[in-house]
Amino acid sequence: MSFPIDQIRSDFPILQQEVYKKPLIYLDNGATTQKPRVVIDTIRELQELHNSSIHRGIHFLSEQMTGRYEDARETARGFINAKSTNEIIFTSGATGSINAVAFSFGEKYVGAGDEILISEMEHHSNIVPWQMLCERKGASLKVIPFNDQGELVLNELDSLLTERTRIVALTHASNSMGTVNPVKEVIRRAHEKDIPVMLDGAQMVQHGNVDVQELDCDFYVFSSHKIFGPTGSGVLYGKEALLEEIPPYQGGGDMVDQVTFESTSYNTLPFKFEAGTANYVGAIGLAAALDYLKSVGISVLQQYEQKLIDYAWQKLPAIEGLKIYGTSRNRISVFSFLLGDAHPYDAGMILDKMGIAVRTGTHCTQPVMDHFGISGTIRASMVFYNTTDEIDKLAEGIEKTMQMLS
Amino acid sequence: MTDLNEMQQDIVEEFSVFEDWLDRYNYLIELGNDLPEIDPQYRTNEYLINGCQSKVWLFADLVDGKLEFKADSDAIIVKGIVALLVKVLNGRTPSEILDNELHFIEDIGLRQNLSPTRSNGLLAMVKKMKLYAIAYKAKEQQN
Repeated sequence: MSFPIDQIRSDFPILQQEVYKKPLIYLDNGATTQKPRVVIDTIRELQELHNSSIHRGIHFLSEQMTGRYEDARETARGFINAKSTNEIIFTSGATGSINAVAFSFGEKYVGAGDEILISEMEHHSNIVPWQMLCERKGASLKVIPFNDQGELVLNELDSLLTERTRIVALTHASNSMGTVNPVKEVIRRAHEKDIPVMLDGAQMVQHGNVDVQELDCDFYVFSSHKIFGPTGSGVLYGKEALLEEIPPYQGGGDMVDQVTFESTSYNTLPFKFEAGTANYVGAIGLAAALDYLKSVGISVLQQYEQKLIDYAWQKLPAIEGLKIYGTSRNRISVFSFLLGDAHPYDAGMILDKMGIAVRTGTHCTQPVMDHFGISGTIRASMVFYNTTDEIDKLAEGIEKTMQMLS
Repeated sequence: MTDLNEMQQDIVEEFSVFEDWLDRYNYLIELGNDLPEIDPQYRTNEYLINGCQSKVWLFADLVDGKLEFKADSDAIIVKGIVALLVKVLNGRTPSEILDNELHFIEDIGLRQNLSPTRSNGLLAMVKKMKLYAIAYKAKEQQN
C-alpha cells in the first residue's frame, strides 16, 4: 500500500498556505513540528467545554478533566512502552525534563569529584543543566567524542565510564547532524558498571519506535511540540525505583501529602514531580498527537521517512559545492549542510523568500560547529508530511541560491 | 550632496521597481560587493555589533565635521543592508544623522520581512551609527 501523503498533508491546516505567494515548504521540523487538525480541535474543545483544574475539584468538569489528563498519561506510557504510568511525569518539555533529572538525580547521587558523561553532539539543553549541576556539586563533565561522519567514537567509552561516573546523558538522535546513536550499546556498557543512562529523545520519538523497556534506559525525555503536539508540554520517563529514590525538584500544590510548618511529606509517583497546576491542555493535546501518529502507523511513517532520506541522499550531495555535515547512514531525516563559501544566513534568507523554511545557525550545538571549525550550517529537517517533490524544490532553490551568492 | 530625506526617497523608488524579493536581494548583494573593503583592524570584536546571526563590524570617523562610516559583514546580504545605511549616512554631520528619521528601512519592507532576530540586528546597526553621531557631536561641543 502506498503512503497516503495527500491525506496526511490535508490533516495539517498550516501546510496549505502560501508564503510570499509561493507554496510553503516547511523543512524546519527539527525546531518544531506542525499540528494535525485533531490536536488543534482537541485543544479548542478542552478550552471551550472542559476547562477545569485537575486533581482537586469535586465538581463535574474537574472530574472530567482529571480523567482526560490521566488518560493522556496512559497514552504516553503506551507510546514509549513504559511499565507503569507512575513512570510518566508531565513536564514543560525536554529541556524541563533534563533540568528535572539534573536537579533531582544530582541532589541524591552527585557529589564533589564525581563525573557526568555526555557527548560532543549534545544540544545545549543537555549540556548546560549538567554544567550547572557540576558547578553546584564540584563535579566534572566528561565528553564522548564523535568522528567526522558525526558518529560517536566508542573506543574509549570504557575508560570514560569511571568509578566516579554517576550518570550518562546522551542524545538518542542528533538535532544538528541527524545521527541516530548506538544508545543500546552505551546503555549496556554503562549498566555493566551500574551507571544509569538518560536519553534525550527530543529528536527521536517523532521518527521511530521508542520502547524504553527494550532500550533499558533509566530516564527518557521528549517534547510535545516536536511530536506534533502543543508547545509547553513534554514527558520525563524514569524507572519507577529510581524516581522513588530521588527528591522532587519543585515544591508546590499537588505534589504533597501532608504539609505543616515543621515538615512536609510528598505525594506518591507520578504526582511527586508535578508541582502546581499541571499543563493539562498540553498533556492531553500531546496524547491526541500520539494517538494520531498511532493511527498513521509508526512503522508506516518510518518506511516513508526512509524513502525521504534515501531521496535526499541522491539529491543533495549531487549539488556541486554542497557539503553535508554529519554523514552517518544511521540517521533521522535531518540534513545539515553548507553551500560553498556562502554564509548560511544568506542562504536561509534567500530560501525563505522562495517559500522554503529551513533553519540556519548553530542549532544550539556550538560544540558540533567547533568540531567542524564552522560557524553554523543550513539545516533541512523533514517528517512524514514532507515529500520528495519538496526535496526537489529544495535542491532547485539551493542551486538558485548558490548562483545568487557566487 | 543630496539631502538625507531625498536620498531615502531615491532608495525607496529604486526598490519599488523590484517585483520579486529575490531581485531585491540580488540588488543588496551587489551593494554588498561594492562596499569598500574595511581595514582589518576594524574587523575585531571591539567593532562587532551583537544581535545578529551574522557578524557585522562598524566603525565611524569624523572628517571635517562629517561622519565617515566603515562597515563589513561576513554575510553578503547583511553587508548589502549595511551598505545601504552607509550610503545614506556617510558624509553627514552628526546633527543631520540625529535629527532625521531613517524611514526607508520600513518603506522598502526590509524590517517587516526580516524576522525579529534579524530585525534586531538591523536596529542594532542603526543604533550603533546614531551612537557614533552622538559621541562625535559631544566631542565637537567640548572643543
